[in-house]
Amino acid sequence: MIRRQPDRTQQGYLFRSTLLSLALAGCALIFSGCDRESKVDIATREKILLLGNGGEPKALDPHIVSAVGDSNILRALFEGLVSYSPTSDMEHEPGVAERWEPNNDFSEWHFFLRKDARWSNGDPVTAHDFVYSYHRILHPEMAAPYSSMLYFLKNAEDYNRGEIDDFAEVGVKAVSDHELVCTLESPTPFFPDVVKHTTWLPVHRGTIEKFGGMTEEFTDWQKPGNHVSNGAFSLSDWRINAVIKVRRNPYYWDAKNVKLNGLNFYPIDNTFTEEKAFRGDLLHYTYIIPNNLIHRYEEAEDPNLRSETYAGSYFFRCNVEDSPTDNVDFRRALAYSIDQETIVKFVTMGGQQPAYGFTPPSEAGYCPPNVISYNPEKAREFLKKAGYESGADVPEFSIYLNTSEAHKSIAVAIQDMWKRVLGIEKIKIENQEWKVYQQTVIDQKYNVARSGWIGDYVDPTTFLGIWKTGDSNNNTGWSNADYDRLLAESSLLSDTNARYAVLAEAESILLDELPILPIYWYTRVYLIHPDVKNWRPLLLDNHPYKYIDLERSPEDAE
Amino acid sequence: MDTLRFILSRLGQSLFALLCIITITFFLARLAPGGPFLDDKAVPAHLIEKMNQKYGFDQSLPVQYKLYLGRLLHGDLGPSFGNKGFSVNEIIADGLPVSFLLGICGLVIALVIGVPIGVFAAANRNTIIDYALMSLALLGICLPTFVIAPLLGEVFALKLGWFDVALWEDSSAWFLGALTLGLYYSAYIARLTRGSMLDVLNQDYIRTAHAKGVVPIVVLFKHAFRGGITPVVAYLGPALAGLIGGSFVVETVFGLPGLGQHFIKAATNRDFWLINGTVMVFAVLILVMNFLVDVLQAWLDPRTKSKT
Repeated sequence: MIRRQPDRTQQGYLFRSTLLSLALAGCALIFSGCDRESKVDIATREKILLLGNGGEPKALDPHIVSAVGDSNILRALFEGLVSYSPTSDMEHEPGVAERWEPNNDFSEWHFFLRKDARWSNGDPVTAHDFVYSYHRILHPEMAAPYSSMLYFLKNAEDYNRGEIDDFAEVGVKAVSDHELVCTLESPTPFFPDVVKHTTWLPVHRGTIEKFGGMTEEFTDWQKPGNHVSNGAFSLSDWRINAVIKVRRNPYYWDAKNVKLNGLNFYPIDNTFTEEKAFRGDLLHYTYIIPNNLIHRYEEAEDPNLRSETYAGSYFFRCNVEDSPTDNVDFRRALAYSIDQETIVKFVTMGGQQPAYGFTPPSEAGYCPPNVISYNPEKAREFLKKAGYESGADVPEFSIYLNTSEAHKSIAVAIQDMWKRVLGIEKIKIENQEWKVYQQTVIDQKYNVARSGWIGDYVDPTTFLGIWKTGDSNNNTGWSNADYDRLLAESSLLSDTNARYAVLAEAESILLDELPILPIYWYTRVYLIHPDVKNWRPLLLDNHPYKYIDLERSPEDAE
Repeated sequence: MDTLRFILSRLGQSLFALLCIITITFFLARLAPGGPFLDDKAVPAHLIEKMNQKYGFDQSLPVQYKLYLGRLLHGDLGPSFGNKGFSVNEIIADGLPVSFLLGICGLVIALVIGVPIGVFAAANRNTIIDYALMSLALLGICLPTFVIAPLLGEVFALKLGWFDVALWEDSSAWFLGALTLGLYYSAYIARLTRGSMLDVLNQDYIRTAHAKGVVPIVVLFKHAFRGGITPVVAYLGPALAGLIGGSFVVETVFGLPGLGQHFIKAATNRDFWLINGTVMVFAVLILVMNFLVDVLQAWLDPRTKSKT
C-alpha cells in the first residue's frame, strides 16, 4: 500500500501533463491551420516543383530502370546526347551533343559534343563517358533488363548475349573527347529519337568504379551525396517511399536558362491518395487520376484537369498456338465483335480513342491501316467460317488479366459483347496477381490476355517491332515470314514516307491475322496546378524540366 | 529460480518459433510463380538466366537456404530487387521508425480513449450510458481502417485544414494515421476493459470494500482497477505488434513510408530478400511483445507462472 502511494501521484502527474501537452499541440495545430501559406504556395515561391510520380523508383541508375515513372526522375538528373523538346516529340533539342550528322544511308551517326558539358562534380562530360556507359549497359555480366534498346548499335546484341567478347567490335567509338561515332546494324533515320531514351543516358565512370565497378548493381553510388549526374538537376535527397529531391546543378552547361530551383518527386502508389494530396495543396501535379473521379472533375469543369493523347495501345493478346484462338477466323470474329466506342464511352471514361489498328496514329505522320471496327455481321460470318454453327459450340476459354478493377470491367464488358454478338456462353475471366500474370503470358498459358504497350520513341517500329518472330515481348506464338521480311525491309529504307508505307503494309498483315485484338489508344489524364508554366501536351509525356517554370497565377492570388 | 526458468523456457520457445518462421517464409516465397526479374516490358530470356546466375538462384534450394542462413548470422538481410538503391537492412532501418511512431502513438490514443470508456461503461453497467458506449465501440470495430482513414483525411485535413492530408516530409498526415489506428483499437480496448472490470466488480472483496463504506469511486480505481486492467495488458503486446505491422492500409491512404508498404510490395514484386526480411522483423516484434507480456503478466498475477 505504502509502496504504491508515490506511484499514483506520479501517474496523476503523468496523466495531467500528457493531457496538457496534447491540448497544447491541438491548439498549435488549429492555429497553424488558419491562414497559413499552403505547401504549394511556398514551393511556387521557392520555385520547387512538387510532382506525384506513381510508385517508388526501382533505381536512379539509367541502366537498371525500365518503368515510366523512374525515367521521369532520370530526365531531371541526366542529359543524353539529344534532348527532348518542350513542345513536340518530333523535334530535338541539343543535349550533350551540340549537333549530329548521319552518313548518306543513316547507318552511321557522328555526334559532336559540346565542350562545356559538365558532371555535377565539375568533371567534363566526354565521348568516352558515353562509350563507357554503353559498354556498361550492354555488358553480359550487368544483365541490364532493358539493354535491348541499344541493339541498334552494330554487334550490340551479340556482345550482350556473350557471343562476342571484345567490346571494340560494338558500333560505338570515341573519335576524340568531343566526337562520338555510332555505327548501326541498319539505317535508322530516327536514331536521334532513340538516343533520347533513358537507357542511352551516360553515367560517371569515376563514380561507378569507385563504388564497386562497372557491372555491380547493388552499390552505394545512387545515394545522395555519392550520386553524380550531368543533367539540369542533381540528387539532393532520397527517402525511400517518401520523397526524391533534385536541386539545380550549378555545373550544368545551360544552368542560366534553367528556371526551377528544384523538383520533389513523391512516390504515391495509391491514386486516390495522390488526388487528395493535390486537393490538399501538397502537389503541383499528379501522375494520374483515378478513372472513377474523372467524371466528377469533368462535370465541375475543373480547369486543373488535363486529358491528352498518349503513345500507348491497349489490346488483348491471343495465344495462336492453343484452341480456340489458334483459328484465325475465330480471332477475327472476336475482334469484330468488340464495340470499342462503348468501352471508351461507358467503361474506361477517360477520353481514350477506339483503336482501329495497333500503332496509335502520331504526329510522326504514320497512320495505321484503318481495319478494325465493330461489325456484328462480319463477326458472325467469321464465326461460321471458323467452323462454329453458333457461339454455343465454342469450347470454353478464359480471358486472363492482372488484378485491377479497371482491367476487370473492360474484360467483363467484352465478355458480354462476345456473348451478345457471337452467342459464346463459356468465357471465364481469370484474375491473377501481377507477377503470376506476367509469367502466364511469358509461358503462353492463356487463351486471351489483356495487355498494354507504351512507345519508347515516336517511330512506329517501337510498336510493330514486338510482333517479330521470337521477340521477347511477342508471347503470342504468332510468327509471319512476310511480316518479318517487311520489317527488315523497312529498316533498310532511309526515306521516311517509303518506310512508313512498308510498315503500314506489315501492320495490315498483323491486323488481318490478329494475334492481338485492338481495344483503345491511351490518353493521359492528370491534374496540374495553374502555377506550373510551359507544361505542354507531349505524346510520349517526356517533359524536359529545364523549360518548366513556376509563377503565382493571378486567379489563385485572390 | 522459478522466474529464471520461466523466462528461459519462453526465450527458447520464441527462438524456435523464429527459426520455423524464417524457414517457412524462405521456401513459401520460392514456391510462388513469377520471379523478381520479370518486368513490365519483357526481359529477354538470356538476361533472366544471367541474373539468376548472378544472384545464385540457379543453385538448388537447400544450398540457397544454407547460404541465406549464413548471411543472416552475419546480420546481412541481402539486397532488394525492387529497390536497387537500398539493402534490406537499410529499408528496414528506414521504415521501422515510421511504423513505430504510428504504432505507439496509435496505442497511446487507443488506451487514452478505450480504458476510460470501458471503466465508465462498467461502472454504469446495463444503463443507457453503457449501451450507448458499447454500441459506439462495436461500430468502431466494424468500420474498417480503409473507411475511417479516408474519412478522417477528408474531414480533418481537406475540410478543416488542421492537418496535411498525405505525405511524410514536413507533413502532419502521420498523426491522422496514428489516430485511425488508435480509434480502431480503442474500440477493442473499451470492450475488453468493460468485460474484465465487470468480472472484478462482481467479486467478494469488492463487495467487502463497499460494505466497509469505502466511497464507490475509490473502490473502482483503487480496488478493482488493477485486477480489471490485467487482460488489457495481456492484449497490449499483440495489439502493439499488430499496430506496427498492420498499418499497411493507413500507410497507403496517407502515403507514409512505413514498413507495412514494403511488406506488401515485397510479396507482389517477389522481392525475395525483402519478403524474408520484413516477415522476420514482424515475427521478432510479435515474439518480443508476447514474451514481454508473459513476463509482465506473471509479475501482475503470479498464478500465470505456474500454468506454464
